Amino acid sequence: MIEVRNLVKIYSSKKNKVIGVDNVSLTIKNGEIFGIVGYSGAGKSTLLRCLNLLERPTSGQVIIDGVDLTTLNKKELRQARLKIGMIFQNFHLVSSKTVFENVAFALKAAKKSKEEIEKRVNELLEMVGLTDKRDAYPSQLSGGQKQRVGIARALANEPTVLLCDEATSALDPSTTKSILALLKKINRELGITIVLITHEMEVVKDICDRIAVMQNGKVIELGTVYDIFTNPKEELTKSFIHSVLQFELPDHLLKKRTGTIIKIQFKGEMAEEAVVSDMLQTFKVKGNILHGKIEYIQDMPLGIFIMELTGEPDEVQRAIDYISARTNGLEVIASAA
Amino acid sequence: MLLDSLINLVPELNKAFLETLYMVAISLSVAIIAGLPLGILLFVTDRGLFLENTTVKSILGFVVNMIRSIPFVILLVGLLPLTKLITGTTIGPTAASVSLSVAATPFFARIVETSLREIDKGVIEAAVAVGATPWMIIKDVLLPEARPGIVHGITITTISLVGYSAMAGIVGGGGIGDLAIRFGYYRYDNTVMITTIVILICLVQMIQFAGDRIARLVDKR
Repeated sequence: MIEVRNLVKIYSSKKNKVIGVDNVSLTIKNGEIFGIVGYSGAGKSTLLRCLNLLERPTSGQVIIDGVDLTTLNKKELRQARLKIGMIFQNFHLVSSKTVFENVAFALKAAKKSKEEIEKRVNELLEMVGLTDKRDAYPSQLSGGQKQRVGIARALANEPTVLLCDEATSALDPSTTKSILALLKKINRELGITIVLITHEMEVVKDICDRIAVMQNGKVIELGTVYDIFTNPKEELTKSFIHSVLQFELPDHLLKKRTGTIIKIQFKGEMAEEAVVSDMLQTFKVKGNILHGKIEYIQDMPLGIFIMELTGEPDEVQRAIDYISARTNGLEVIASAA
Repeated sequence: MLLDSLINLVPELNKAFLETLYMVAISLSVAIIAGLPLGILLFVTDRGLFLENTTVKSILGFVVNMIRSIPFVILLVGLLPLTKLITGTTIGPTAASVSLSVAATPFFARIVETSLREIDKGVIEAAVAVGATPWMIIKDVLLPEARPGIVHGITITTISLVGYSAMAGIVGGGGIGDLAIRFGYYRYDNTVMITTIVILICLVQMIQFAGDRIARLVDKR
């Protein structure tokens, strides 16, 4: 379990003070994938780097598995870091060392014997699917392969926590998917808690259990991914989610329509029910679906439809009320002309 | 006539060439043995690095700058007491090697520091995050990553030392440069002058060529 208590990080120079992290407290449960989202400069990277004390907090505590890292001396901190893996956006591999040597470095830090290192590196390379690249140098690898080496290095000493600093931001979409699948596999099979920061909502949607949204050094919203996606409260969160669940209709299309245009959102089980067809059978209205999408977030469906309803105004109103009562959200985008 | 004077010159040239090699070899060895750790120390005690120590950094930086700001001719004479203390004499190539070593060490240290600075900070950070000790980071990350740069630094230092060693004549150090000045300049002997210059050009070209080759060999990136 990771507990962050009243964490503050201030960068002070002679002239001014910049607040990186502003009094953040949060708890990350064992075995969960926790996402920290925010625009660049929001403090998410600083917060992550405080978790293994790459950045020393100005004040506050970071408690991992019951140990307050801020109280440790240098040697104890090194020991603690063996159990906290970290991967980076730009991989940060030692370019003059082979894949094997890069991974072996982490084991050397844990003072493992030559035989143990040999055995463990081979295991790790097999897990990340790079057995054949054992003796290659980083310059001979693709971005995805480099990140796999980074993951192998981070997992070498069987950590309980894996910190991911924009781990997929430098990768193309299909490589991103495969790296995310690998992270998910690691989380499931090894039970490692993963904390990742990203500005890509797609990443969050794919693998996170819970997320924290950061702005100006503060956590402004925190919750399960599903709750945040279906019911975002802050403007910033909404704009982030908008980037994934885009439902804008082209203007020219809206202008041509004569009926009432509504946007319906279904959550969970309701997305699988036939609310719309029931409505069409009960009321004398015609429905025309303009846009629709069901997203699966954490395997739970979130459906969004944009429909045009035509008919007698009274009937349309009653149809809208009917749907309103049975779904989580109904928004009238444009009333009948 | 020209050939005759050249043949007469061979023993002198031979001796001078060996003296140059001798002085350069000694001072280069000292520069590497002392300058490498000094350069590493200058780097790792810098702000934001894993052995950050402003006091050590500023003292070392000051000493290095101080030595580097003294013209070599003055250093050569000024260090005579130290030379006497170490070698028991103030003349000859061994004596000259003392001042050459003192001049070359901070020079090489700065080059080492600069090549370490070229390393991506993230790579060092990743090593810190893994839980590695400072010694491991120096040995397994910094030195391998900076190896091509350090080899280039050795090449540059060697060539500078060949140049500096010419001034060793002032304390009777000998060497090719000294020969050029004594015979070529003071005695207006153009044959000696040109021959020594040709030898020096060849020597420097060879050092540079060998240095480049080695740097390429150790560059795994």
